[in-house]
Amino acid sequence: MTGGEGGHDALFDRAPDDRVRVLDESGALVGTPPDMSDAELVEIYRHMRLARHFDERAVTLQRQGRMGTYPPMAGQEAAQVGSAVVLDDEDWIVPSYREHAAVHVHGLSLSEILLYWMGHGAGGWGADANVFPAAVPIATQIPHTTGLAMASKLGGCGGEDGGVSGNRPQAGDAVACAYFGDGATSEGDFHEGLNMAGVFDVPAVFVCNNNGWAISVPRERQTASPTLAGKAAAYGIDGVQVDGMDPLATYRVMRAAVEKARDPDERPRPTLIEAVQYRFGAHTTADDPTVYRDESEVAAWRKRDPIPRLERFLRETGRLDDDRIDEIEADVRAQVAAAIERAEATARPDPETLFDDVYAVRTAELDRQRATMRRLRDRYGDDAFLRD
Amino acid sequence: MSTDTRNLTLVQAVRDGLEIEMHRDEDVIVLGEDVGKNGGVFRATEGLYEEFGKDRVIDTPLAESGIIGTSIGMAAYGLRPVPEIQFMGFIYPAFDQIVSHAARLRNRSRGRFTCPLVVRAPYGGGIRAPEHHSESKEAFFVHEPGLKVVIPSTPADTKGLLASAIRDPDPVIFLEPKLIYRAFREDVPAGDHTVPLGEAAVRREGSDVSVYTWGAMTRPTVEAAETLADEGIDCEVIDLRTLSPLDRETIVESFEKTGRAAVVHEAPKTGGLGGEITAILQEEALLYQEAPVKRIAGFDTPVPLYALEDYYLPSSTRIEEGIREAVEFP
Repeated sequence: MTGGEGGHDALFDRAPDDRVRVLDESGALVGTPPDMSDAELVEIYRHMRLARHFDERAVTLQRQGRMGTYPPMAGQEAAQVGSAVVLDDEDWIVPSYREHAAVHVHGLSLSEILLYWMGHGAGGWGADANVFPAAVPIATQIPHTTGLAMASKLGGCGGEDGGVSGNRPQAGDAVACAYFGDGATSEGDFHEGLNMAGVFDVPAVFVCNNNGWAISVPRERQTASPTLAGKAAAYGIDGVQVDGMDPLATYRVMRAAVEKARDPDERPRPTLIEAVQYRFGAHTTADDPTVYRDESEVAAWRKRDPIPRLERFLRETGRLDDDRIDEIEADVRAQVAAAIERAEATARPDPETLFDDVYAVRTAELDRQRATMRRLRDRYGDDAFLRD
Repeated sequence: MSTDTRNLTLVQAVRDGLEIEMHRDEDVIVLGEDVGKNGGVFRATEGLYEEFGKDRVIDTPLAESGIIGTSIGMAAYGLRPVPEIQFMGFIYPAFDQIVSHAARLRNRSRGRFTCPLVVRAPYGGGIRAPEHHSESKEAFFVHEPGLKVVIPSTPADTKGLLASAIRDPDPVIFLEPKLIYRAFREDVPAGDHTVPLGEAAVRREGSDVSVYTWGAMTRPTVEAAETLADEGIDCEVIDLRTLSPLDRETIVESFEKTGRAAVVHEAPKTGGLGGEITAILQEEALLYQEAPVKRIAGFDTPVPLYALEDYYLPSSTRIEEGIREAVEFP
């Protein structure tokens, strides 16, 4: 597959507020569609449907007390799916905590994602996928992404002593992709990470999922910069704004950015993508957005929902019909139900695992503390610890 | 002082304390992430934005280093900023500003510039929060000369200590035990109310063993003391309230009476304040000592995800067991 754009210039040589679009709100073509097969297009649709259903179930699980605090992503599926499908297995995703769809596309199972939000340390990171643990402190993953890309460029992170165990290829062309929100662009780590990426000319893509709100603070109170994409100019790298609720536009921009990262040509390699979108729900299940934003704003953005938009395009171009949609719906429901079942069937972790993986080799003091726990549990049972 | 009281939770006492100080002194301003229109993610600043306006209750961009750094500038130039860091686990981007600048501005300028600010942050575990939301790293800040560190354990103390912290001429790290933000209510003096910094509170008098604690661990420690009383062990429970400077006099006085001690904190054991308190007892009251000082603390592991957090936090059983060891020695 090619970038489909006849070179990247058309995508990157544009004003920061010249938003890349392919589908409008109604699903009509307003830009060049990416060069993709029918199956690939339907797969993006299926992933978005899966993400939406997963998200709805996850919020319900939290409400039912079956899961802890959860950050919903409804509304943001297009930017996550449209970008993540571009990545190859050896590429890295370095996510924030709201990138459930992106990390799933890149290989993290749904039950692994659920386990993390169920407070279980076995979840949240990629056992077999190049997915970093979700960064909860804002923007902290951005310099990590630059570092992964530096290691990829230097070709030094494979093998026995590599930073990751097991299956890392030696290849120096893996791309590192950070996902973060609009609020993250105000943090020092955003500046430092992008600045170094520009200086070292690394194969990285920085995807800013600008959903308009950092908890209660709107995008306009986050920065006086007219766009977030425009910040790239300060680092000497490309910055491009895309309709983040248009999966095909996101795909096109991401594809061009990844190709530029892999094959640098004469241009600086990293790219900042500002994917403009909206979070339909709360910041987390512990948040009440009605305190700080109007329902009318939410309603307006719901009209730009990426899923019906792509569905309509695919229907009208004969790529999708009722039967196929029903099939996808059933498939998505079954997949999410199975993931929930698997996560809930996973036993509470052995309390002694608390002492594992603090260091490569457990210290003598940790051994003593583990023995203390064991003695207390032998003597009093787990009720001595559990408050519920 | 007024004799009126209001029945408040701990987090309501934070809000009440802020409101009263903002009325008393128009130089007091609140700033941080989501503190304004949203009223704080724990509602600790609810209504203040409406009452005092956007220039005194400032919603900032997401930038902890920037929040503290700008607070330092404001404090040096006459304001009394009370910045909020949303959770203690997110304080680290501001660490450089706190320890390299806030803590030593006075010292570096030989008193010309000062930094009267209060950094508020919810701290501690036990609420099934996501990762990085349950840290208890008070020892980092106690270790830094020039800072004061305060942790209340009751609503009335919260209001009184916060007022004292805001009026204090030096930077104060004010850590709020979010596990007990809404756990109970008590009568809190209405209007002006201060509790002096640097003074511990004896929560239960006893003669067999001195138990030192603070913040959210105070309640389970008092409960453990009551259980142990039935076994004939008479605990003196001391809530330190201010961790820097420590109330050495109260710490030592109690130990001279009992000769035995335990320290309870939820922070990791190694390098925690339990070690400092033990050292104080060694320095000041060695000849009274009848048993090793027992430290009952969080384990030396990262705070686990919530499925295991009960195993990490000192429970009443662990506290009772530890105190028994201190009492039964040898």
